Amino acid sequence: MYHKERSIQIKNSASALYNNLDVLRIAPTRLTYFTVVHANVVNMVSASWDGLNYSHRQLQSKEPNVATSTSLIMQAAFCVLPSRDLLVVTSQKGIQMYESDGSIMVYWHALDTPETPTGSNITLSEVLEEHKESITDIASECSGCQSYIANLVTADDGGTLCVWKSGEEFQLLNKISGFDVTCSSVKLWKGTVVAGYGTGLIRLYEAITGILHAEVNAHARWIYSLDIAPFSGLLLSAAEDSFVRVWNVTMTPETNSVEIGHLHNECVTDTQICGAKFCDSDGYAFAVTGYDLSEIIRYVQT
Amino acid sequence: MSARTLPLLFINLGGEMLYILDQRLRAQNIPADKAKKVMNDIITTMFNKKFLEELFKPQELYSKKALRTVFDRLAHASIMRLNQASMDKASLFHKSTLYDLMTMAFKYQVLLCPRPKDILLVSFNHMDAIKDFVKDTPSILGQVDETYQQLIEMYTPLSNGEFQLIRQTLLIFFQDMHIRVSIFLKDKVQSSNGRFVLPTCGPVPHGTQVPGLIRIFSCSGDELTRQKFNNGGNYNSPLREGSFDIFGDRITKLGTNMYSVSRPVETHMSGTSKNSAQHTKVNAAPNPLAKEELNLLARLMGGLDVQKPGNTDSGFRVNLFATDEEEEEALISRPDELSYGVINIQATKDQQANPELAKIMGEFTESGDQCDGASSKGDDLLAMMDGL
Repeated sequence: MYHKERSIQIKNSASALYNNLDVLRIAPTRLTYFTVVHANVVNMVSASWDGLNYSHRQLQSKEPNVATSTSLIMQAAFCVLPSRDLLVVTSQKGIQMYESDGSIMVYWHALDTPETPTGSNITLSEVLEEHKESITDIASECSGCQSYIANLVTADDGGTLCVWKSGEEFQLLNKISGFDVTCSSVKLWKGTVVAGYGTGLIRLYEAITGILHAEVNAHARWIYSLDIAPFSGLLLSAAEDSFVRVWNVTMTPETNSVEIGHLHNECVTDTQICGAKFCDSDGYAFAVTGYDLSEIIRYVQT
Repeated sequence: MSARTLPLLFINLGGEMLYILDQRLRAQNIPADKAKKVMNDIITTMFNKKFLEELFKPQELYSKKALRTVFDRLAHASIMRLNQASMDKASLFHKSTLYDLMTMAFKYQVLLCPRPKDILLVSFNHMDAIKDFVKDTPSILGQVDETYQQLIEMYTPLSNGEFQLIRQTLLIFFQDMHIRVSIFLKDKVQSSNGRFVLPTCGPVPHGTQVPGLIRIFSCSGDELTRQKFNNGGNYNSPLREGSFDIFGDRITKLGTNMYSVSRPVETHMSGTSKNSAQHTKVNAAPNPLAKEELNLLARLMGGLDVQKPGNTDSGFRVNLFATDEEEEEALISRPDELSYGVINIQATKDQQANPELAKIMGEFTESGDQCDGASSKGDDLLAMMDGL
């Protein structure tokens, strides 16, 4: 169903962090941006769609005070807003936001200091405190449809999922228990939460009610990344067991049922996969990277 | 990331160091009483109370350089001494084959442990072996047991997520190290490019189901359908969980002694030039925090125990190759840019200089060659490390 394409080399190898690959397609310029975290550096590659041009950029974690220890980056992710695209980088020191091409830092929010966050046209609106354990992943409704009340889900180390309605003020709609197993990656698609766990399980919940629709014994080791292609309902899962799997999720609104079927396996030999993302909204292509790997491997539908 | 990583890093690397030294001492027929003295000296220093107190405080990991210095110091804590002179010809960053071997062994264990929490079982395997080394010396055994209790108290309450963070922190520490180790290559657990082999078969971790089943539920929670899929591997049910008590079967073999007299430590290692370039890059990266860190290290070293000179010991030499010929050969055939070196371990009588901290520091000054003119203590240490 998929075949391997030419890999993209990155400047540093990927660190073992959940969801350690993000992809942003910029249609007007026919470019795709990739980001992978290596310790205290974000590696960015901008690739032209014809596959002829690659340009690299490295972003360092901000260190306001060199007397403290080095600041490892935990996550780098693109945030697509109606008005602008941002690259958000979180580290132990704080939150940095860049223009999506990584060119200019537009916001800096230091944690553990009284310093007020600074940024252009970005202000802190609210701090949500519902999780008792470390937050592992955040996902917004990816179908683009405004009709779903629940449009944000957050996951933590205890497996708890918080379902939110975002807006001027965020509203907690539901809390789904995770039985003390880390939920390392989460997605929200057409009102369904797709969650991947440390036990290799994938669960599909109805966001608003927390009703469990499906459970899949998907991987033999910790899941590190999930992604959904919103137009097709294809689901990507990747784990430390070196497998990337493609699934399809289907919904029947009349019966309020959700189904999931298995489509495809890819094994990246001797690689604990830490990031996997579709490169487009149909799931026509996806990209993968793993711990200690200095490349992004791409797969395209045949 | 996790501020609780350092004790596990230290104990597991220390355990690996002891395995290697023990094997070399036995393989070269060092008299049992002398070998025991060597092991006891090092274990006493490793489990020094003040030192461990510092170690167990929540803190960030040291740089690779600083940690290696700690282990250099440890090896010097005995009547047995690593012979610096014989290492000096090797390239700057790859002198310490012993250290490379230790770190690659522990990297393998961290990478392969089925669940993040199993890092603790790996540590317990090392601790069990260390206890066995000193089982006839109650005073040292007591010291080791105390640390064992401390480990259990600190780590058993941690959640799986916290262990994963510890594991990820360790993996960042070991990132880009691809040194090839003979024993791993022979066992086919490492491939020629330096990457470890990750099996897609065998038992799944405790608490995980064999992949391959999809279950669909109705809104009322009834199972509607069950569907199987091909998982692409060849997995089977998990083994029973290892014991997290001070005694018991750890189940996992990771962290147990992989060397024996019939299976010698092979220090003949190599890395591709690409990898050694990477390695160099990592080490050469300027670290504005180095001075800070080295001051911390100096404080830690202040807690190290003072060793009594071994008055009855005559000089003897331990080398890490099986035979002298092999060692000669290795020395001759070694290209400078490749990442392997040879360690001669030499035990000599001149132990008067060894014990006290100040004197150990002094020795570093003698063996390092670029520590002149340094002004502060941090600079001193920094200079010494550059000379290592």
